[in-house]
Amino acid sequence: MTQTHAEATLPFDDAIDAFDPVMGLEVHVELNTATKMFCGCPTEFGAEPNTQTCPVCLGLPGALPVVNAVAVESAIRIGLVLNCEIAQWCRFARKNYFYPDMPKNFQTSQYDEPIAFEGYLDVELDDGTVYRVEIERAHMEEDTGKSLHVGGSTGRIHGATHSLVDYNRAGIPLIEIVTKPLTGAGERAPEIARAYVATLRDLLKALDVSDVRMEQGSMRCDVNLSLMPKGTEVFGTRSETKNVNSLRSVERAVRYEVGRHAAVLSSGGTIVQETRHWHEDTGVTTSGRAKSDADDYRYFPEPDLVPVAPSRELVESLRATLPEPPAARRKRLQGEWGFADLEMRDVVNAGLVDLVEETVAAGASPAGARKWWSGEVARRANAEGVDVPTYAAGLGVGAASVVELEGLVTSGRLNDSMARQVWEGVLAGEGTPTQVADARGLELVQDTGALEAAVDAVIAANPDVADKIRDGKVAAAGALIGQVMKAMKGQADAGAARAIIMERLGQS
Amino acid sequence: MTTDLTRSTAADLADLLAQGSVSAREVTQAHLDRTAAVDGAVHSYLHVDADGALAQADEVDRRRAAGESLHAMAGVPIAVKDVMTTRGLPTTCGSKILQGWVPPYDATLVTRLREAGMPILGKTNMDEFAMGSSTEHSAYGPSHNPWDLSRIPGGSGGGSSSVVASFQAPLAIGTDTGGSIRQPAAVTGTVGTKPTYGGVSRYGLVALASSLDQAGPCTRTVLDAALLHEVIGGHDPLDSTSIDAPVPPVVEAARRADVAGMKIGIIRELTGDGFQAGVQARFDEAVQHLVDAGAEVVEVSCPSFSYALAAYYLILPSEASSNLAKFDAMRYGLRVAPDGIDAPSAEQVMAATRDAGFGDEVKRRIILGTYALSSGYYDAYYGSAQKVRRLIADDFAAAFETADVLVSPTAPTTAFRLGDKLDDPMAMYLNDIATIPANLAGIPGMSVPSGLATEDGLPAGFQILAPAMQDQRLYSVGAALEAKLTAAWGGPLLDRAPALEAMTAGTMKEA
Ligand SMILES: [Zn+2]
Repeated sequence: MTQTHAEATLPFDDAIDAFDPVMGLEVHVELNTATKMFCGCPTEFGAEPNTQTCPVCLGLPGALPVVNAVAVESAIRIGLVLNCEIAQWCRFARKNYFYPDMPKNFQTSQYDEPIAFEGYLDVELDDGTVYRVEIERAHMEEDTGKSLHVGGSTGRIHGATHSLVDYNRAGIPLIEIVTKPLTGAGERAPEIARAYVATLRDLLKALDVSDVRMEQGSMRCDVNLSLMPKGTEVFGTRSETKNVNSLRSVERAVRYEVGRHAAVLSSGGTIVQETRHWHEDTGVTTSGRAKSDADDYRYFPEPDLVPVAPSRELVESLRATLPEPPAARRKRLQGEWGFADLEMRDVVNAGLVDLVEETVAAGASPAGARKWWSGEVARRANAEGVDVPTYAAGLGVGAASVVELEGLVTSGRLNDSMARQVWEGVLAGEGTPTQVADARGLELVQDTGALEAAVDAVIAANPDVADKIRDGKVAAAGALIGQVMKAMKGQADAGAARAIIMERLGQS
Repeated sequence: MTTDLTRSTAADLADLLAQGSVSAREVTQAHLDRTAAVDGAVHSYLHVDADGALAQADEVDRRRAAGESLHAMAGVPIAVKDVMTTRGLPTTCGSKILQGWVPPYDATLVTRLREAGMPILGKTNMDEFAMGSSTEHSAYGPSHNPWDLSRIPGGSGGGSSSVVASFQAPLAIGTDTGGSIRQPAAVTGTVGTKPTYGGVSRYGLVALASSLDQAGPCTRTVLDAALLHEVIGGHDPLDSTSIDAPVPPVVEAARRADVAGMKIGIIRELTGDGFQAGVQARFDEAVQHLVDAGAEVVEVSCPSFSYALAAYYLILPSEASSNLAKFDAMRYGLRVAPDGIDAPSAEQVMAATRDAGFGDEVKRRIILGTYALSSGYYDAYYGSAQKVRRLIADDFAAAFETADVLVSPTAPTTAFRLGDKLDDPMAMYLNDIATIPANLAGIPGMSVPSGLATEDGLPAGFQILAPAMQDQRLYSVGAALEAKLTAAWGGPLLDRAPALEAMTAGTMKEA
């Protein structure tokens, strides 16, 4: 069924010259509650298939749901950080459709009565501008099970001989956060989409309501996109790209769909309303199921559940548990750390705020923490496609490692370039900074006699440079320092070498 | 004496068991023997669990011998409508689609029966998924009315009412979505009680219409109903719609049987026109008995009741269409391969299975409900029906301002003949006209026998309705009426029913 042939796309810049994109983002977040949305089954990830099920989440005849109160509280806290109104009274509804992964053949969800509605989230872009994303609603629902198609070559249902279903995930609490149509983003639409999802992820992480692991599917984004010819204001037909599961893919999917829509529209074609699948490897979307307004889920209020009516007291007591908003926290930390705007933004964009904070708390300098966590480690983490904390944790490297490395520098054992070598060793899994320094024999020569001898030898070998310095052109000292370092095989303190050179040539 | 035991009330059996005059095994065996003798004629059961029931009875006897303190009803056997899940015991809901399904869990109500030490004799026959008023829609064949085997025992719980009326069990569990406990009770001369919605847990009750379904007692006396009500009632954390309050004092009310000073409201819309003359006559006499016992009679009007049937037949199929979607041939029950397709898709297997597994009435209601919920029709149908529901609740609230209980005949007619209304769904639906409003409003209701209609000599029922969570009023009025009528008849009404031994449904039909 899946179409895999490439479709025409217009270059993004050309597309944006002719059209204004309109985006709607739907983010599904799995809550990290201990038990499922409507039963007491555990929610642990990765258990043996069908070991975390009961009559309720298997949808057996006669079984009834009971709402997980912790999930409701998480939903309210999410609503509050999204600046939403919290419903005083709301209900679940049944969304009726047949789906092999869904044991009741209806999904218990919220329809016209969400727990949270009418909010917004301010999103800071790379250059510091703030875009306000209007939130339409955040509602509660249950996840479906998971199918495994066996016997085909692709793992897809096409060509499979049979399918296996794991209901462990069926009934896990989900919050779906739906934006209003985002307009006026223009060429920044892909960036805004990414920044919104990233901001949301950070916020939910700070709330500790979800693992927000996009690669494991505990946070997934559906991207609705349509184009309006420039100068018009009527929304075009939209496509819905399902289950985009990384920040980078969110940005790429928006970019791709803008180009694809533009190509269709520019050639006089019409956009089909449909769901589309994103392909991480090829960076394209392909057509899924045609989706029309005639899709009829026959929603009606779930008669097996009493309405959810959170008291104002509960809402206020939950408001009191909200963490410092990430934006305010960032401002505070920037002040404490004394970072320039650009430095702070780099730390934020690299997802390093928590790690830097933790490292500073462990005793490192803010500048040191920033320096060691960005740069090489970030580059390697990015190459592996994981975030820095995950990457570092995988190596057993943490705040203490940076503190130790910085200690080796401030105690005078290592200079900066030696410290970089040590850090590479640490990241290569060779051990702690001290172990790496020991193993590689890295240590500044503390013997000033040897250093003085080396300086004298270099001055003697470069009389013309020495003369320049004597004449006051101190910048020329760099060349001599370099030669001293070379002679000492890098194990010299450059500052000490400079001091001796200056002293010898009468410049101190 | 076996016969004596099966003709005892549950209250008397409980006393005999407590005194040690009989063993639970004797009581259970007596009822199993009775079933062997008569169920070929009435077909009350879909599944009899002789071994399981006797094992439970033996366990009660062992514990009693060991001096353990037991529940008052320990050892009193019971039959359960096949719509309740029973661990290790087939549960089919009278449908082919669940043929052979053995649930891995007990309904909360069943758990409570087991905890009370009540042996479960078996699962009783019913209209498929509780859709019907005659038990003719059972995929496993109809049950018969013990008063006349050519007639229906009511529905959907015809098995539960006939099992009690034919002395195969002293007690049974029924479920009442639009009258399926009360109407069968009326046409079999037994007592049927629908508690307040949420008064008995629905966990494990295979849903027909979630917002209307309510399990309750099918018995021969009002006191027996109260005793059973106390066993199965009360809050269940597994059912979010279950009422978090103590069970009303129903046993106390049944024992006191006092109506002095009570105001009895006769619902104008549920008497007179459309009600069989003999049924109406028995109703009027019953009212007079209550007046004699010290009650005051007032007339009340519930004008919105004229829309009740229409609203009910929109809400019920809507919810049912969704509740029955889970029967998709994938995980349990029937699976049918479609004809002439080599490698059928899941959807094709599902369609073939649902086609083969569901009967006509079920299909009719699924289609109706799917249509009523579909976008563009929702407001006109489901939405309007919900508004009617509100109006009916308002009518009741107003009526209960002038009366403590409301009364009417339970069903407009006595038991009709098997097959008579099978081809006319509307005529069948009309039989529930007096019982449906209580389900729409969630209030409790009871049917007690009011006597035999003169024109056909068949039982008629007297319906009592009370405000939500005031179930004890049903028991006061029901027990008072029962006492007066039993005295007037010179014994229980069921004593006049024909002997069933050696009869078969076939011979009776020919007669
Ligand atoms: Zn479960």
